[in-house]
Amino acid sequence: MEHAISDKTLKNKIYESTGISAARCYQCGKCSAGCPMGSEMDLPPNVLLRRLQLDSATEDDLVLGSESIWYCLNCETCISRCPQEVDLPVIMDFLRTISLKENKANPKAKKIIAFHRSFLKSIKLTGKLHEITLVADYKLNSMELMQDVKNVPAMLKKGKLHIIPETVKNLKSVKKIFSKTTGQKENKK
Amino acid sequence: MKIGFYPGCSLSGTAREYNESVKAVAKAFQIELVEIKDWNCCGASAAHNIDHVLALSLPARILALAEEQGLNEILVPCAACYNRLSSTQHRLLEDEQLKKKIVDTIEMKYNGNVRILNIIQFLEKYISNEIDQNITRKFSKKVACYYGCLLVRPNKVLDFDREEDPVSMDKIMKQLGANPLQWAFKTECCGAGLSVSKTSTVARLSGKILEDAVLRGAEAIIVACPMCHANLDMRRPEINNYLKKKTNIPVMYITQAIGIAIGLSEKELGLHRHFVPVNMDFDYL
Amino acid sequence: MARIGVFICHCGENISATVDCKKVADEILKIPGVVLSTDYKYMCSDPGQTLIKEAVKNNKLTGVVVSACSPRMHEPTFRKAVAEAGLNPFLCEMVNLREHCSWVHEKNDMTTQKAIDLVKTIVEKVKHNEALQSIKVPVTRKALVIGGGVAGIQCALDIANAGHKVILIEREPSIGGHMSQLSETFPTLDCSQCILTPRMVEIAQHSNITLYTYSELEKLEGFIGNFNATIRKRSRSLDEKICTGCGLCTTKCPNNKIPNEFEQGLGNRTAIYVPFPQAVPNKPVIDKNNCTYYKKGKCKICEKLCPAKAIRFDQPDEMLEIEVGAVVLATGFNILKTSFFPEYGYGQYKDVIDGLQFERLASASGPTGGVIKRPSDGQIPQTIVFVACAGSRDAAKGIPYCSKICCMYTAKHAMLYKHKVHEGKAFVFYMDIRAAGKNYDEFTRRAIEEDGANYIRGRVSRIYERNGKLIVIGADTLLNGQQVEIEADMVVLASASIANPGSEELAQKLHVSYNQYKFFEEAHPKLKPVETNTAGIMLAGACQSPKDIPESVAAASGAASKVIGLFSNSELTRDPLIAHVNKTAPPLFSTCVGCFLCESVCPYKAIEHEEIKNRNGEVIRTIASINPGLCQGCGTCVALCRTKSIDIRGYSNTQVFTEVVALLNEI
Repeated sequence: MEHAISDKTLKNKIYESTGISAARCYQCGKCSAGCPMGSEMDLPPNVLLRRLQLDSATEDDLVLGSESIWYCLNCETCISRCPQEVDLPVIMDFLRTISLKENKANPKAKKIIAFHRSFLKSIKLTGKLHEITLVADYKLNSMELMQDVKNVPAMLKKGKLHIIPETVKNLKSVKKIFSKTTGQKENKK
Repeated sequence: MKIGFYPGCSLSGTAREYNESVKAVAKAFQIELVEIKDWNCCGASAAHNIDHVLALSLPARILALAEEQGLNEILVPCAACYNRLSSTQHRLLEDEQLKKKIVDTIEMKYNGNVRILNIIQFLEKYISNEIDQNITRKFSKKVACYYGCLLVRPNKVLDFDREEDPVSMDKIMKQLGANPLQWAFKTECCGAGLSVSKTSTVARLSGKILEDAVLRGAEAIIVACPMCHANLDMRRPEINNYLKKKTNIPVMYITQAIGIAIGLSEKELGLHRHFVPVNMDFDYL
Repeated sequence: MARIGVFICHCGENISATVDCKKVADEILKIPGVVLSTDYKYMCSDPGQTLIKEAVKNNKLTGVVVSACSPRMHEPTFRKAVAEAGLNPFLCEMVNLREHCSWVHEKNDMTTQKAIDLVKTIVEKVKHNEALQSIKVPVTRKALVIGGGVAGIQCALDIANAGHKVILIEREPSIGGHMSQLSETFPTLDCSQCILTPRMVEIAQHSNITLYTYSELEKLEGFIGNFNATIRKRSRSLDEKICTGCGLCTTKCPNNKIPNEFEQGLGNRTAIYVPFPQAVPNKPVIDKNNCTYYKKGKCKICEKLCPAKAIRFDQPDEMLEIEVGAVVLATGFNILKTSFFPEYGYGQYKDVIDGLQFERLASASGPTGGVIKRPSDGQIPQTIVFVACAGSRDAAKGIPYCSKICCMYTAKHAMLYKHKVHEGKAFVFYMDIRAAGKNYDEFTRRAIEEDGANYIRGRVSRIYERNGKLIVIGADTLLNGQQVEIEADMVVLASASIANPGSEELAQKLHVSYNQYKFFEEAHPKLKPVETNTAGIMLAGACQSPKDIPESVAAASGAASKVIGLFSNSELTRDPLIAHVNKTAPPLFSTCVGCFLCESVCPYKAIEHEEIKNRNGEVIRTIASINPGLCQGCGTCVALCRTKSIDIRGYSNTQVFTEVVALLNEI
């Protein structure tokens, strides 16, 4: 299942893994035009795809280290309008996995990655999301200690926060899923 | 009648009023919501951002549970969960090998034929025919129906309404007596999962959405997604900061709007749980 | 006794590089019946052909086998040479040693052996060849041109000026097509109607041309040189012979809010109408779908007011049967409407228009008198965004091809706008600038360098309306994908060229091929652009693929030349390699039992019924018979015939079986 990290470029790896051909992109820019995060990204979607097309290890590293792949919201606007039907959201998911595996994630994305990881940690613990666990773990990892502190009293008063987490009874089955997937990667680290 | 029900994590927590209003409306129309026993989190956006197989396995387990419990149709009110479950079902249908791998991972039987309905599909199928005769108050306001990105995209997978300028929610609101406005941000992303980790983005994106709705004269924004609700409601101070003005426009779930129209109480519908107060008078019929 | 001459060509080195030609020639000489077997470097050359001719005469050959390239290349060449030497050309056959042998194998013994086997096979076949005579089919020297746009007009004039009669039919009430809707044409900015209308008048006045407008092709039967066409002349609801074209009826009709097709919906017309002032013929038509009388039985004002008393409400459609020798398809194209684009508003924004609508706005005879005005409020737009590639080059929308004309007309639109509104801002969102014609690139540069159009390289993701303005969201890919948001007063979509509605049905009526986009298919993409695979039916203009005016005119003249060539003889010569039903002596007359299974499978409708009569004129049997003008020699009937009564001349059952047996070395 896991291929050894080869000297194949990202363009080839993407094609092998997802069947998407980066060569289809003819740089029309429609994706970048409609991307809600386009103005905040270092590599807007069409530029990111261009760099992948260049088939070079240095360019690939730029892509893996970009803010773009973590700022991408997976809102699917790009693929819904792309004339060449290049499935960018699938490519982004793939790039994120590789970026983490090769430890190349952009430091600016630290908080975003921390949030995702904290989210998954909470699920691994109880099978369902427990907001307090999530935020606590996130704050520890991101050092955003004051995040949403002022919202907590209101949330509690409105009955929107569980103090005690809900747990899946057959928690073992959920934990097994984790161990078979991300579990393996975390061991490698 | 009965239908399977997958609330998802947000309905049990931060979107509690959505849960309450869905249940209240279902009860009013004599529909029993049979919650999937022992359901797990679908993984939302965190899972697919980190691990591809995990992202498919968590929803697959939920669908396998539904099959196991004889629920061949399920209502999934949260748009993100709806999108994850539907995408998973679609991917596993397309790719036999992938399906085998996921079935291996979850160690459960999986046929992939559960019908997954989002809140609007559920309303269209089971409730919209009954609404007219049950209206006691007209929801006579100008509203901006906000669909968000995950309900309608990608159309090839979800096959629901249309990707640009969808109309299904607007139709329901019209039935309730509202005036659904034609506006430009029906499906623009609100900032989604970056609510905590990059709040400035949510302020900008949700701010633009709110601004357009207010510009068109909307008196309320109607949503069908807990994430969108949180970003437009709970994050209002950040939005106001971005827009450099104070906005009071309330954000309500479609089920709350229906509940109001058929005479349910504000308490039943959880309207008191919103951050932006819902201060509207409605005309009794 | 067979006396076959065999010639092995080296084809330069194409064959001799992998096949030992001398060896092949030597081996073939050993076959009984072969009296001459030699090899030569270039059989198709002058000396090569002379070699064959001398051999035929000196050796009294009864058959010739030329082993060289594909028969598609030179079969006519060698058959002509053989005929000149006095031998029936159908006693000459070719073996394809190039495409079928030397070009697909390495140089070795097996390749040479294969060459020997192939030649041997045809040598054995030729022993069974019969002398055949070409078939002559009469030609009706009258042409039918379907479509009265610039291509149809040019084609009709060319054929008529060559002295032949032409029938020109057009679906709309007037000829002129899309060219009559344009304001000015690139690259000269000639006024479109000014250069077209003289041609239109020429059509009306030409003694060799009969024009039927508001007419369509109902049915076409027959074959090249001998078509029978049925034309439906739709009822105009008036007597054209009496109508003077004064136009009074059109000014008095109370039903005047019908969207005008000629103005692309930007203006209205009446139910009784002439499409535009320069229409040919300038006689009105009553739109039965919208006329108050036809819908509700009331009104009839036009009838009351007509000074010539020409209105005929009960006039039926007229069906005309005509005989023609050739048909030219010049039915033109259409463009996508703005409603096609979800991300541009599904057509709900009045100020988002398509290319043809902009032409009408810019036209002096248009709904706004040539002033560019917003359809929503009549204001003059101060900023216009032109969106190139709207729908074209878009596999996701099912239109992966390029529509060819939009880059040019977008530049033209930007220029026209700037000429009319000096302070206005014109933005063009483009992907490439395709300006390959003569003076075309200079034209597009003029738009940018002299007229100040702002070209931004990037496609538009979305257009929406806010406060009466159109917000255009695009990107500049030459500036690192930077987002560009423009507040425009009007947006012009250069939408994709598509086939006209009804193209598929028409193609099926004529048995003409068409592609997945419903454009008609040419017989060969490189070498036969104005013919179809259906003999006698030619193609001209944008119905084959998106084209601009000079290309359409050139294609029209090309199609006309094919027709004129066809008409240059009163008879057509066809290859006699067609099917024939056997005839035997009475009382059997033929082994054919008259089951007509062949008729049901013949793709060319070439099977006819032949009645065998006795001396008293009574019909004793009906058997199948082949129409020599239609049969293409495909052999389907031969394969199906249960009594083996049909055979193909030149490829008879005997000949084919002989080839097989020879190949298996059973001979």
